[in-house]
Formats: sequence, C-alpha cells, structure tokens
Amino acid sequence: MENNDTKIILEAKKVSKLYGLNKGDAIKLLQKGATKEEVLKKTGVSVALWNASFDVKEGEIFVLIGLSGSGKSTMVRCLNRLNKPSSGEIFFKGKKIQSFTKKELQDYRRNHIAMVFQSFGLMSHRDVLSNVVYGLEIKGVGKEEREEKAQEIIEMVGLSGFEHHPITSLSGGMSQRVGIARALATDPEILLMDEPFSALDPLVRKEMQFELLSIQKKLKKTVVFITHDINEAFKLGDRVGIMKDGKIVQIDSPEEMSTHPADSYVEDFIEGADKSQVLTVKNVMIKPRSLVKERDSLKTALRQMRSNDVSSVYCVDNDMHFLGIVLINDVIQAMQENKALKEIIISDIETTSEDTAISEIIPIASETRYPIAVLDEEKKLKGLVSKATILSSVH
Amino acid sequence: MKWLIDFPFEITINKKAIDSAVRAFSVKHDAFFSAITSGLNGLIGGIHSLLNIIPWWLFILAIFFAGWKSTGKLKNGIFFALAITVIGIAGLWALMLETLSIIIAAVIISLFFGLPLGILLAQFDRAEKIARPVLDTMQTMPVFVYLIPALLFFGLGKAPAVIATTIYAIVPVIRLTSLGIRQVDKEVVEAAKAFGSTGVQTLIKVQIPQAKATIMTGVNQTLMMAMAMVVTCSMIGASGLGMEVLMGVQRIEIGRGLIAGIAVVILAIVLDRITQGIAEKGQTNGKQ
Repeated sequence: MENNDTKIILEAKKVSKLYGLNKGDAIKLLQKGATKEEVLKKTGVSVALWNASFDVKEGEIFVLIGLSGSGKSTMVRCLNRLNKPSSGEIFFKGKKIQSFTKKELQDYRRNHIAMVFQSFGLMSHRDVLSNVVYGLEIKGVGKEEREEKAQEIIEMVGLSGFEHHPITSLSGGMSQRVGIARALATDPEILLMDEPFSALDPLVRKEMQFELLSIQKKLKKTVVFITHDINEAFKLGDRVGIMKDGKIVQIDSPEEMSTHPADSYVEDFIEGADKSQVLTVKNVMIKPRSLVKERDSLKTALRQMRSNDVSSVYCVDNDMHFLGIVLINDVIQAMQENKALKEIIISDIETTSEDTAISEIIPIASETRYPIAVLDEEKKLKGLVSKATILSSVH
Repeated sequence: MKWLIDFPFEITINKKAIDSAVRAFSVKHDAFFSAITSGLNGLIGGIHSLLNIIPWWLFILAIFFAGWKSTGKLKNGIFFALAITVIGIAGLWALMLETLSIIIAAVIISLFFGLPLGILLAQFDRAEKIARPVLDTMQTMPVFVYLIPALLFFGLGKAPAVIATTIYAIVPVIRLTSLGIRQVDKEVVEAAKAFGSTGVQTLIKVQIPQAKATIMTGVNQTLMMAMAMVVTCSMIGASGLGMEVLMGVQRIEIGRGLIAGIAVVILAIVLDRITQGIAEKGQTNGKQ
C-alpha cells in the first residue's frame, strides 16, 4: 500500500514517444483525445507512448503490464535512455536524465541502472562468468576484483558450477539467471526487467519469480518489471501500472486494482488474474465413484471400497441426502464387533456447495483428512473435491 | 521509320581524351605511384623470401596441422598435405610460392582496408547506401578494364597484379564485415549499451566477436577471389602458376597449361577448406 515515507527514485512525467514525420499534427489530434489508430490513419505517425506519468519508489517492485504494442517496452527503454522520448521528462533522484551529458549517462548506466532482457541478450562468445563480469569489465574494475564480485552473485542466483559453461549450453531458466546475475554484478540501484520470464516455460517461470522475490528481499533493489501476464504482475508487484495503446490506464496496488478497477479494460484485464477467485467448486468437483446406503451391509461397503481401491466411502440415504463417510478400518472393526453400518458413519466432515469459490475452501482443504463433500441446498450429495484437485487447480 | 529500329542518335565520346588524361595523370604523379610500387614490391618480396626460407617439409607439415586443426579431422590434414606435395612433385613448388606471395599480399591489403571499412559501413546507413554501388562496380567491372590502368600506373610485374587483385577481392570482406555486424542480435547490442559501454567497447567486446563467423566467411571469399585473379594477372607480368597457364595457352602446350591449372585448383581448394574450417569454428561458438 502507499507509503509516503519512501523516496521516489524514478519519475516519469508526461512521457511520449512518437515515430513518424508529422508529429505536430499527431500531437494535436492526441490532445483532442484521438486513438492510436486514428492518429496513424490521419497522420502516419505511430504512437508508442502518450503522456505516460508514474513514479517508482525506492525498494519497490513496480510492474508495467499491457498487451504487446501497448508501449511498455518503449517505456522501460526510456528509463535508461536506450530510447529517447519525443517529449516529457524522466527524473532519476530528481535529476533529469535527458539532459545528462555523455559522461553522466555512462555513469548512470554503469552504476545506477541495469537491465534484464526478454531473450536474455547474453553474449554467446563469452562463458557464464565473463558474461556476468561484463558490466564491471567495461567500468575498468580489475580482473580479480570483478571475478570475486561475480562469483558472489553467481552463487546467489544459483549458478555455481556453471561459471565456465558456454552460454549456448544453458537452458532458458539458467540463461536468465545469467542475465540477472550480470545486471546485479554492478550493484545498481534500479533493475529494469523487460519481460524477463516470458520466454520461459511455466514451471521455470514460477521458480524464477520466487527467486526474484527472494533476491529483492535480500538486496532491496528497486525493480521496474515489464510483463504481459497479470498473474505475474500481481504476484510480484507492489504497485502495478496497466498500459493500453501507449497510455497508462491505472496505477495501483494489486489489491486496490482488483477491488476498484478504473474502467472496463482494466476489469477485463484482471479478470483472468487469480484463478482461485474465478473458479468455483462446480468446475473442479468429481462424481463419487462409490457410494453406500445407510441400510447396506458392512460387506457391501467393504466390496465397494475394494473394487474402487479406496479406503473410505460416502454414505447417503435413499434420496441421496448426505450422511457422512465410512472408513475401512471402522468397517473391519465393526464386522468383528457385529455392529451395523449406520453406527460407524462419521458425520462431522467438511462440506461445501457447488458455487463456492475455490479460494474460500483452500484453507479447509489443507486441513481436512477426507475429501470434501459437495452438497446442494437440500443436503443432497452432488460430488466431491479432493485436496489434490483444489490445491492444484489454482496453480 | 528507320529511327524506330536503329538507335537514332549517339554522342561520340572522345576516348582518346580519356586515354591521354590517364596517361598524363600517371606521368604527373609518377613519384607517388613509384613509391606505392616499390612499397608493394617490398611487401611481396618480403613475403616471398619468408616463404622461401621455410623448408618444403615444414611447409607441408604446417598445411597438415592447419588442415587438421581447422576442420577438426585428421584425414583432411593428411589430404591437404598430400595435395600440396603433388604440386611440388610436378615441379611447380617455386612458382606456387610466387603465386602465394601475390595472393597473401593482396589479402593482407584487402583485410587492412576492408575490415575497418566494413565496420564503418555497419555504423552508418548513409555510408552503406553510397558504398553499395561502388562495391558492385568493383566486383562486376571486367577485370581487364582496370588491369590496363594498373599497368600504366604501376608498370609491369607483381605490384599492379596485387593492386588489381585487391580491387577485385576486397569487396566480400567489406560486405560481410558490415553484414555480420549488422546481424548481431539487437538485444545483445542493447545490453552492451545498457551497461554503459562506449561505442568502441560495444564494437570490440560485443559486435566484432559476435560477427566473427560472418567476417571469417568474408575473409575466405576474399582469398578465393584473389585466387581467381591469378591467371588474369599473369597477363600484366605477374609470374607464378598463372604465368605457366598463360604460356601453356599461348604456345598451345596443353599439358603444361593443364598441370599448372591443376596446381592452381589444388592450392585454391586447400586454402578454401582451411579458412572455411576456421570460419565454421567461429560459427559454432559464436552463434546462439
């Protein structure tokens, strides 16, 4: 949430980036509120960014999210002047970066801001270690010192043992670890990350997100993170800015954004966000494979369990009203003690309804020892959800 | 209606004037051209005597190792060494060294000017646009056209041969150096810049190493084109294997021409495979 104590480290003020000849006309149209397409059609100018303003606080992860072509990559490249904005101002700790001299810009890039790229941007003619030392090398840090520093970072990102492997031999996840290590080696204050995990497969992406969070916790870097994945944005971001057609639509914390989306675009965008909010029990429940009636014999119950290879079975009455669960141990004991099935039903088990959101029953699912029974209003059994289905459906 | 069929008018170009202008130019700047000639002769002579110092068996051994190491196959090394031995057995060893010294001189000069030019063209789109037709002309203009001015300016012998060969052979190294640097992954170059590299650092530490394979292909092509000029250049008095072919043709001594021709082919193949091997090596550890 907002914290006014922290300092602003980066500030973008009405940053625009236009490509084309007729920029003057394009700006006039844009000021009248024309869309990107209209401007392109009328003036031939393509609008990559329009009046984007935001600030990044020290130590936070600020996420910019948008579809491809929304200007997020252009924006992040303006922050280290790989792109020059057509208009607007960007401040680093109050200093305007557009008016940096060549020397100042070099110093800014060498010591204060580093970047991680979508397809890694690694130098394939160098091995892992010499990629990581690159930033230090061009600063003129001595060989021994830079390799010592690099080694430290390499260990932190989990690349130990790979120092002298060629880049080409690494998997995507490993490659991006090198990319992150290279960016951290110069000990910058700001890390720009341009869709760093988009090229990775989902499992590796999760791992890397976790890694990034733990690194950030340890080093307290300010991170500007670009993504098109809303889940990634909400998971990582302290604050998230949604971009559309070169404009920033809303900047808020993930909580604020999900509860108060600024417009229908944001609403649509975040709809797919957290699946546990959207999915209900109905989507994941299964029909029970075996059931016993309360009047059935113990033998029937035992047979049911054996033929379905389970150690418990639900018990219902003639109208499918849910009564409880019967466990195999109890059945065997009851057979010896000549009890009836009715006497061994465990009735105080967790139940839920079909339209309960999965997020609500996650805590129950992680506690309970038995599958959760799904009942309708009349307490009739509709299905069951196992612990495994619930916990896996949200990932 | 004759004008519809035959070209209706023509301008008479005073070709004589061009001739005399070129001649006058060569006379006027004689000192300058003489200096270049003697410089070139010094270079060629130096290379030639260096090649002559190397004993034949060491030369063949060097070919063997170069062939083996560059292609990574022992078998190739042996084959190349045997092929070169054949030239010696045919009695063409001395002529081969002469030819080699011209080629090496031309390649050295081509690389000396071609590599920096290629790097320059890669940086500036405008320069590339201007250079393209010039390079096309250099490559497609019939060689004889500049063989004659070369003769006028630099006299008979190996010096004009090296000049003519260089003009012809420098093109691929310029083109492929520029292409190689332009083709380097944009993100890698961005990364270099994002870490605060200077232009020179980006070039030396990132762009050139990343473009190494393509540049080496350019070097290989330059070498091959220099090789192709061997026979042509013998027409302006460059002695060597080419001269032997020319004489065979002029005197209708088919055997003589054929054997010298085969020697040229062998030399070309061996040089090509060795440099190609080096280029491919660059490729495997150069590309992503």
